[in-house]
Amino acid sequence: MNLFKDIEHLIRLAAVIAIALVAFVILRAAVVPRSFGQYGHYRGAAIGEMASRPVAFAGHDTCEACHTDVVDQKELGKHVVVACEACHGALAKHADDPGSVQPGKLDTAVVCARCHEANSAKPKGFPQVATADHSGGLACDICHQSHRPKIETEGKK
Amino acid sequence: MDITRRRLLVLLPAAAVAWKFVLAGTPEASPNYQLTEHWWGMLIDIPKCIGCGSCVRACAEENDVPEGYYRTWIERYHVADWKIERPEVESPDGGKQGFPPHADEGGKNFFVPKLCNHCAESPCTQVCPVGATFVTPDGVVLVDKSYCLGCRYCVQACPYGCRFINPKTHTAEKCTLCYHRITKGLTTACCEVCPTGARQLADLKNPKDPIHEFLRTHTVQVLKPHMATGAKVFYNGMDGSVR
Amino acid sequence: MQIPVEGFMYPNEVELQWSILIVLYPFITGLVAGAFILASLERVFRVQAVKPTYRLALLTALAFLLVAPLPLQLHLGHPERSLEMYLTPHRSSAMAMFGFVYLWYLMGVLLLEIWLDYRREIVEFSQTTSGWKRRIYRVLTLGSKNVSERSLRIDERLGYFITLIGIPSAFLLHGYVGFIFGSVKANPWWSSPLMPIVFVFSAMVSGISAVMLLYMLSNRLRRKEIDMRCLDTIARYLLYTFIIDFSLEMLDLLQRIYEADESFRSLDFMVHTRLWISQVIIQILLGTVTPIALLGLTQVLRFSDIARKQIYVLAGCLTMIGIFAMRWNVVIGGQLFSKSFLGYTTYKMAFATREGLLTAIALMILPFIILWFLVKLLPPWPESASSPGSIAAPAHGTS
Repeated sequence: MNLFKDIEHLIRLAAVIAIALVAFVILRAAVVPRSFGQYGHYRGAAIGEMASRPVAFAGHDTCEACHTDVVDQKELGKHVVVACEACHGALAKHADDPGSVQPGKLDTAVVCARCHEANSAKPKGFPQVATADHSGGLACDICHQSHRPKIETEGKK
Repeated sequence: MDITRRRLLVLLPAAAVAWKFVLAGTPEASPNYQLTEHWWGMLIDIPKCIGCGSCVRACAEENDVPEGYYRTWIERYHVADWKIERPEVESPDGGKQGFPPHADEGGKNFFVPKLCNHCAESPCTQVCPVGATFVTPDGVVLVDKSYCLGCRYCVQACPYGCRFINPKTHTAEKCTLCYHRITKGLTTACCEVCPTGARQLADLKNPKDPIHEFLRTHTVQVLKPHMATGAKVFYNGMDGSVR
Repeated sequence: MQIPVEGFMYPNEVELQWSILIVLYPFITGLVAGAFILASLERVFRVQAVKPTYRLALLTALAFLLVAPLPLQLHLGHPERSLEMYLTPHRSSAMAMFGFVYLWYLMGVLLLEIWLDYRREIVEFSQTTSGWKRRIYRVLTLGSKNVSERSLRIDERLGYFITLIGIPSAFLLHGYVGFIFGSVKANPWWSSPLMPIVFVFSAMVSGISAVMLLYMLSNRLRRKEIDMRCLDTIARYLLYTFIIDFSLEMLDLLQRIYEADESFRSLDFMVHTRLWISQVIIQILLGTVTPIALLGLTQVLRFSDIARKQIYVLAGCLTMIGIFAMRWNVVIGGQLFSKSFLGYTTYKMAFATREGLLTAIALMILPFIILWFLVKLLPPWPESASSPGSIAAPAHGTS
């Protein structure tokens, strides 16, 4: 019993540590999110949260469902591969409620130049012009029809 | 024609209902999207990239990316003659407004779009101290912004510089491969708007995805293979000067 | 603010991620490890000469260890979530595992060793003092008043054992910080197997130097005689450790220069321009070569006590500056160059913000304030203990 007295302080210390450990375990059970560890070392619910974010771009399939006239135009030219929202911006809101959200008119001098301004790093076969020489700063849609850009020398524009 | 993932318009309402299950945190219960059926990556076709910046702008709009930070960006390379190890590279505002006109300065010039490579052996997830960033079962590296401490270790660990700290949320952020779109059968915002098809979403687990044939028949690389990150963004026609 | 960039950097790399606070953090934990190693010299390796600094070294280590998490907390985007590191630690993350190494070292080694060594005095003070001091001592006794010969001998044995474990624990503490940097394969300035070892040795150098300076300062303030044999021994161990540290760092540098891999050209340019002053002038010339030369001189030539004290003060101060510069060069230097190896950015250090210079200065002053309190609470001076079993009694390990 004498020994017990002499290590009493160590036993008290051990008790303090034990209590701290128990408190930690309880805290952990209370605070760690339920879905943690569901798929791996992360909060499983985060996957669902990230997946349920609303979209901003509708995707050209959605546009084409209504704007079939534009589709017909595009199919005649090179811009058939260009998605609607690449020029018109994100329009999922317009697709959800066409009446209330109207896409704005585009400034072709800016929008077209992004792709077609000449730059030595662009692929050689890609149609590009130095706009200053080509149009002297005029808006591109004065001569070109954006959905079917090639200027026909005969027949209708 | 673009080669992108599509869902018929009629399935969208059904998908919306299915997302009730996703919101409950059990995506595998959704009848339309099974986590284990997909293994996402991307194909970047460098000879097709025209540096228009549509992808950077679309990504910023789709994902509320703050000004001055980039989930994706475009680099313009100028390689003078044989100086493959010393290219001149620029990326004004990440290429968001395209690039200023360049007179032909000779040498080799091209654009390289960059984004998170959604590494299968991701060094950023390895170092995250709490499990706030992770690789999903379908191969997308995501950040749980309600769990992230903002310690920035993952930003240091990424060899590709694709991560940043969002100045408003003070958490790590990066390309999510538009997870909220691809799980609904849409393609990523950047692939949607790319006018030349230089960027294409790829599902490596889908046998019908054209990526498989493409990888077999073209010379492709990943960025920094010596880092052994298991990068899943494949670059076609990538020059040795690309850093 | 516009950050000047030279060459090309990936757009997200321009802004530095880890600030001066993250420079401060390895510096502080380094002092902890180094001070502890000095303390263990006496306890485990029976180097009698340094006994007068034993308790002071332990308290210094504790003061700095308590401050160490603060720069980390101030740096986090969400410090309120930092408990997540203990609740859901990611086992593959060096940073997460370090949280437990820190906790082990604080609780299992340092606090325990101090408690065991001071227990007799704590019990005595809990009965002889009054007011708030008395309350603190009473809590520290954990309710036990037993200070019999046998219990003190048990404490002694246990304390020895703790110090024994404490030495590899101290290496682990700071080596781990080195590993946090050294394991980042994306960064060639950091990625090196030598990093933990270099960190440990530079930690020992800074810790020994800190205790040496504090010993001289505290004796001067208390107008007491400095034990020259103690001081000379500390200086000698400082010299030995410094030589090893310097050799390791030079080895790393020479290897890099010789192999000249892809990253080298970029790093070399960075050292010659942006890091010239902090690395070559401050860290290497002023902070390493000069102190080693000064300390070496005292081994070779005979100086008077006063001259030696002055040399030690100078060498000690230069050492502290040099080791701080080393941390700066590792942390900041590792973020100044682009991972494309094609460009460089600049570190714009703020002044009065959460991660600014003012905060860093305050964090460096704080440990001394804490140390002042600790010294008042648990006097480490050899002559302030009076009863048997105290520090003035036979050295540890003998009875």
